[in-house]
Amino acid sequence: MVSRPSSADAPGLDAQQYVQGGATQTAVKILVVGHFAVGKTTFIGSISEIEPLSTEETMTRVAAAVDDLKGVRGKTTTTVAMDFGRLTLSERVVLYLFGTPGQLRFVQMWEDMARGALGALILVDPERLADSFAVIDLIEQYGLDYAIAVNHFDGNPLRAEAALREALDLLDDTPVVTCDARDEKSSAAALTTLVRYLLDRAS
Amino acid sequence: MTGSEEFELESADLVRAYVITKGRGLPDDQQLSLITLLTAAPEQGQRTLHLSPEEQRLLDICSAGYLSVAEIAGHTKLPLGVVRIVLAGLTEGGHLVTRPPVPRARQADKEILLEVLHGLQAKFG
Repeated sequence: MVSRPSSADAPGLDAQQYVQGGATQTAVKILVVGHFAVGKTTFIGSISEIEPLSTEETMTRVAAAVDDLKGVRGKTTTTVAMDFGRLTLSERVVLYLFGTPGQLRFVQMWEDMARGALGALILVDPERLADSFAVIDLIEQYGLDYAIAVNHFDGNPLRAEAALREALDLLDDTPVVTCDARDEKSSAAALTTLVRYLLDRAS
Repeated sequence: MTGSEEFELESADLVRAYVITKGRGLPDDQQLSLITLLTAAPEQGQRTLHLSPEEQRLLDICSAGYLSVAEIAGHTKLPLGVVRIVLAGLTEGGHLVTRPPVPRARQADKEILLEVLHGLQAKFG
């Protein structure tokens, strides 16, 4: 039995959902990563021109999911979500921001996200620095250049940057920027810091 | 089964992934990345008659402009792997045209990074 999608399942999309000037656009992506509840979705939502979307992958490979679904209905499968947003920056470049929790067990999703990414912005909660170690390790493992954005939203005094660098074992030239992920300009400034750094690295 | 919402969730489970994908495997990663942009090819004519409901649905969404693979998955709420397989089939069948992202290369990177930087500055000051 196959349920046929009704027209309600596939509503026509508003014109602004489509990529403007898509025929000439080059799509690029930057990852926005960090531990659970650090503010990734908030960050992406504050700056995206579209309502952030999410997509799910069931297990790491569809083939595995297919085998699993044969006959065994209702079996729980691991579902992983990634959130993303979009920014049309010019007539030539459209930037996608992808966010997902940093957990190594979702290898397929990480490979999909990391492949071809310009770089990564790692969101860090100054009160939970240890939670960021795994994400930083993953980003380094995929060979991506990154900047650290300290999501500072509660008004608590910031740790000294030197202490934070030491705690996260950062290289001297890794940018550290403070941002409020709820604020569009603040999020944009953090992204700009990352892109400047990526340009330095590319020169 | 008490409400219509519950019924819908139950129905979605019945659409098995291998039915939607017609048993095809995952496409080459390079062929359809998350940010490959797609749109419907012009003049579909009679060719769409044999398409499955899911193929038709994805083609419909692509008919009014360009979307990335990730956006198509997000709008349809289908698993990403399933969407990639169906889109690959539609592309092979000539129903969709794609704009793959440029491969990474140092010089191209630099130009694109500059474009990104200027774009962010223009947009957010």
